Amino acid sequence: MPLRRRHLLLSALPAVLPAVLPAHAQTPRRTLVQAMAIDDMISLDPAENFEITGSELIGNLYERLVQFDLDDPSRLSGQLAERWTVSADGRGYDFRLREGLRFASGNPLTAAEVVYSLQRAVRLNKTPAFILTQLGWSAANVAQRVRQTGPLTLSLSVREAFAPSFVLNCLSSTVASIVDQRALQARPEGWLRRNSAGSAPWVLRDWRAAEIVVLDRNEAYYGAKPRIERAIYSHVKESSMQRLMLVRGDVDVARNLSPQDITALAANPQIKLTRIAKGTVYYISLNQKNAYLARPEVREAFKWLVDYEALGTTLIQGIGRPHQNFLPHGLLGASDAAPYRLDVARAKALLAKAGLPEGFQVTMDVRSSQPVQGIAEAVQQWAGRAGIRIEILPGDGKQTLTRYRARKHDLYIGEWGADYWDPHTNADTFARNPDNSDGAAQQPLAWRNAWAIPQLTRETDAALLERDTARRAADYERLQAQFREQSPFVMIYQQQQVAAARAGVEGLRLGPTSDTTFLAPVSKR
Amino acid sequence: MVIKSPQFHARLHRAGEAWQVFARNRLALVGLGLVLLLAVLALLAPWLAPFDPTQGELLSTRLLPPSGTHWMGTDDQGRDILSRLLWGSRITLFIVVLVAVLAAPIGLAVGTAAGFFGGWVDQLLMRLTDIFLAFPRLILALALAAALGPGIENAVLAIAITSWPPYARIARAETLSIRQADYIAAIRLAGASNRRILFGHVMPLALPSLIVRVTLDMAGIILTAAGLGFLGLGAQPPSPEWGAMIAAGRAYVLDQWWVAAGPGVAIFVVSLAFNLLGDGLRDALDPKGSD
Amino acid sequence: MMRKFAGLVASLLLTVIGLLAVTFLIGRVVPTDPALSVAGDRATAAQLAAVREDLGLNRPLYVQFGRYVAAVAQGDLGASLLTGNAVTSDIARVFPATLELATVGIVFGAAIGIPLGVWAAVRRGRLADQLVRLMGLVGYSAPIFWLGLMALALFYARLGWVGGPGRINVGFLYSVEARSGLMLLDCLLAGDWEALRSAASHLVLPGALLGYFSLAYISRMTRSFMLKELSAEYVVAARAKGLSEARIVWRHALRNAAVPLLTVVALSYAGLLEGSVLTETVFSWPGLGQYITNALQSADMNAVLGGTLVVGAVFIGINLLSDLLYRWLDPRTR
Repeated sequence: MPLRRRHLLLSALPAVLPAVLPAHAQTPRRTLVQAMAIDDMISLDPAENFEITGSELIGNLYERLVQFDLDDPSRLSGQLAERWTVSADGRGYDFRLREGLRFASGNPLTAAEVVYSLQRAVRLNKTPAFILTQLGWSAANVAQRVRQTGPLTLSLSVREAFAPSFVLNCLSSTVASIVDQRALQARPEGWLRRNSAGSAPWVLRDWRAAEIVVLDRNEAYYGAKPRIERAIYSHVKESSMQRLMLVRGDVDVARNLSPQDITALAANPQIKLTRIAKGTVYYISLNQKNAYLARPEVREAFKWLVDYEALGTTLIQGIGRPHQNFLPHGLLGASDAAPYRLDVARAKALLAKAGLPEGFQVTMDVRSSQPVQGIAEAVQQWAGRAGIRIEILPGDGKQTLTRYRARKHDLYIGEWGADYWDPHTNADTFARNPDNSDGAAQQPLAWRNAWAIPQLTRETDAALLERDTARRAADYERLQAQFREQSPFVMIYQQQQVAAARAGVEGLRLGPTSDTTFLAPVSKR
Repeated sequence: MVIKSPQFHARLHRAGEAWQVFARNRLALVGLGLVLLLAVLALLAPWLAPFDPTQGELLSTRLLPPSGTHWMGTDDQGRDILSRLLWGSRITLFIVVLVAVLAAPIGLAVGTAAGFFGGWVDQLLMRLTDIFLAFPRLILALALAAALGPGIENAVLAIAITSWPPYARIARAETLSIRQADYIAAIRLAGASNRRILFGHVMPLALPSLIVRVTLDMAGIILTAAGLGFLGLGAQPPSPEWGAMIAAGRAYVLDQWWVAAGPGVAIFVVSLAFNLLGDGLRDALDPKGSD
Repeated sequence: MMRKFAGLVASLLLTVIGLLAVTFLIGRVVPTDPALSVAGDRATAAQLAAVREDLGLNRPLYVQFGRYVAAVAQGDLGASLLTGNAVTSDIARVFPATLELATVGIVFGAAIGIPLGVWAAVRRGRLADQLVRLMGLVGYSAPIFWLGLMALALFYARLGWVGGPGRINVGFLYSVEARSGLMLLDCLLAGDWEALRSAASHLVLPGALLGYFSLAYISRMTRSFMLKELSAEYVVAARAKGLSEARIVWRHALRNAAVPLLTVVALSYAGLLEGSVLTETVFSWPGLGQYITNALQSADMNAVLGGTLVVGAVFIGINLLSDLLYRWLDPRTR
């Protein structure tokens, strides 16, 4: 019996072997296949979604009233809106929609649906709702504040005379996506998490968690249809895997490449790289609850203990640019001032001034992912030279976040991405802390690090109401100057996103926010 | 009682015989030699290592290929890999010894008790063992390491807690076959208490199989620690733990192969050493080659 | 007989509940806030509190556990805290992938490991024996993700002999209906040979890797069982009778070693099922190991519990079988 079994197995081998040799790898024509880590997706309901992959998909599945120009994000234009006016007191916005708008289902898109979508997001009050509720809308008043005034016209009223670019940018974010009311009514609750009901050039065909997302072309699109019929996001976690698949031709685009893989692919004539500076900044923050870290000299000393340039040419090369301010480059009022560099002697002098000439011991919560972990190890070395002994506490991303939000850390290395393309998005979290107590309702990053800043908070609030663009930019530059000097944040770099595509892919363009990478213009030769 | 002395002599004689069989096995000697070498390297690491294992320069010494100055190249923080390997051997030994010292006695105790007493004691202990066996090992270690916090001690604890079940099973199997032996009945007749029989006779007889299994498991233990590092827990940076080094090196596998190759080869050599040692022990203690 | 069966069922139930209790406890001890995973970093404290209330996390631990066990008894594994999907449907999607991978792995491991083990036993102490040991040891002690990456870089990227990460080429996405969840079977049922080729080529490398990993243990166990058989009296008698060595080895010794060997293979199989996490990560294989690990990191305890339950149940089942076989075979253990 064993003999025969063995013979059977051996004789099966020649039959199996040719089956194993695959045909030449090639992605289907008119299908765009992207390798990307998509396991962060939780929900595709625009009123619920807040993570990166979901935002990119929602950006392609739904449309909004306004959008900004990818070439010049300070210029806003209408997407679903044809035109709009701002009232004299700055608190009223009247929109007029374009004619002939339709959802993918065929249902017409009128002002009623726009009003419904905005009200829905506010009423559900999930995580991203703050972008709309900060305009002064709540479940109680949204029916009066967001009103339909005609079949194609609607009127919005906001709490204060905010800078118009701020309001419009909020309306361009994913939470303000317009959903198909009629299609939703027939469905059970929670249906929108896993299905799409939008008007954009794409519809959701399939989503298998941590495996694949498939978008099909919206055949009923009212405008110019994409040249590609299907867009697939294939979950591939490792950068080296993405690179191998790209080189082999099994995918058309790779989206999460590490610096080494980017360098290697840059030398490959069959691969094209596209980059964009993203609205995400990385930082190390010092919990002011720690007595050592609360001293102003210590706060400054840390800023002299990072070799920004060295990081820029090694650990973050290709995926980031050293940046020492909380507003990413590209936002109104962004500053490129970079007063700090590695200067151990200076840091030591500052520590001595703070009464800590021998240095001290402190912990750092670090996510076990790159490049964050590498940066933390490098900082550990540099700080060590000044006598600060950093103990790294590695953990999974959500674990470290739980501790961070509970203010239990000493040092924390993290990042913050712009939620909408207006400077208030970052100022709101870095330079604003209305209530520093433990039970505070709002918990911006400044709060998480127990940084009490009543004056800066007032200045941030004022900058939000400045309607003159040039003056507003100056306001934010002043804010950032103070921030650079006093804050417990060591701003390190701004993220740069890179996509590597095979030579035949054209029209792929990354956006500065996670929801502005549009697939409609893409084509394959 | 009179029983102890001749028994002691008999054991000594048996041990001497076993050593002779062992010493004849050249490969087992190689294994033993390598393990001793590991111990020596670990001991002398501070003097043997050419560079500081935690210091490196991003701009000047990062990712250098093997050369005359850096025999095994440098890693992504500019640190010398050879020095890290030498210092890391201490941690490897620490992990391996600690897990063995924690897991084996627990497994031995649980297994022999279950096999010896039988009945509901057996059922209860075996159910407990099954629970831990059925649990996906890496997941359990991951969860425990996450719950206990970072650090190599906690990772060791987590690995130890997931390692004892197989030892319990082996010990139980051995106990079941020993339990019925004639001379055990004879000792019992002579009035020996359960405790004496268990500790004085059953456990020592079950021990050899266990030792063999533990040495054979060493590679798995080191790799579980590496797996923890791969999934984000385990040794704290900049600790030169071999598993963490491999996990960190996987991002560079395609272009800077030496970053992961160094610790990979080290783990392989150590596993080989323990494996050869374990095989030699088994062949010496039970030449028929049974499990 | 009935009593023994009832006793068996009782002990099985006890093990399962114990497993659930341990997992449950671990879930509550892991310092990640599951509400945070659901609501995200931008959520306010109030929103988090609302989510926590929604998920039932504020009730006392034993109440939560009790409700969970009651639900499981009715076949309801709850909903994933993260995505809201039913855990049963999630697992029905990911488990076959792991099953397929582990099966290919064990077939590979046994088909190569057993003959190698026999060979090593027959050539005991000689070069062949040592080579087999070395080969097995590499598979066992080299980190699987490193081997996986290297294998992919060589056989996939450079040579193009096998398929890359994922279960099947993306072009066959909708051409094969997922009836059983086992890609090879589904392709066969659909009669799509191109798809079958693609699925097979994607299975080869991760399957071979897992198989290589189990090969070490299987070949060594085979060797040791064979050595035991070959030193038995009946072999001496057979040789004296003039039977050929090959016949003795393959028809008699291996046959006798087959049953304990089967339990070894079964246990290895169970080990592959639970140990495939790293392989699944490297090869982007959407299986149970990856599912449980991701869930654990998000503190999505329903998913972790459900997944652990499935793996545990399979493991316990296989254990039970091998236990029964052992008892049936070796009268000393009765």
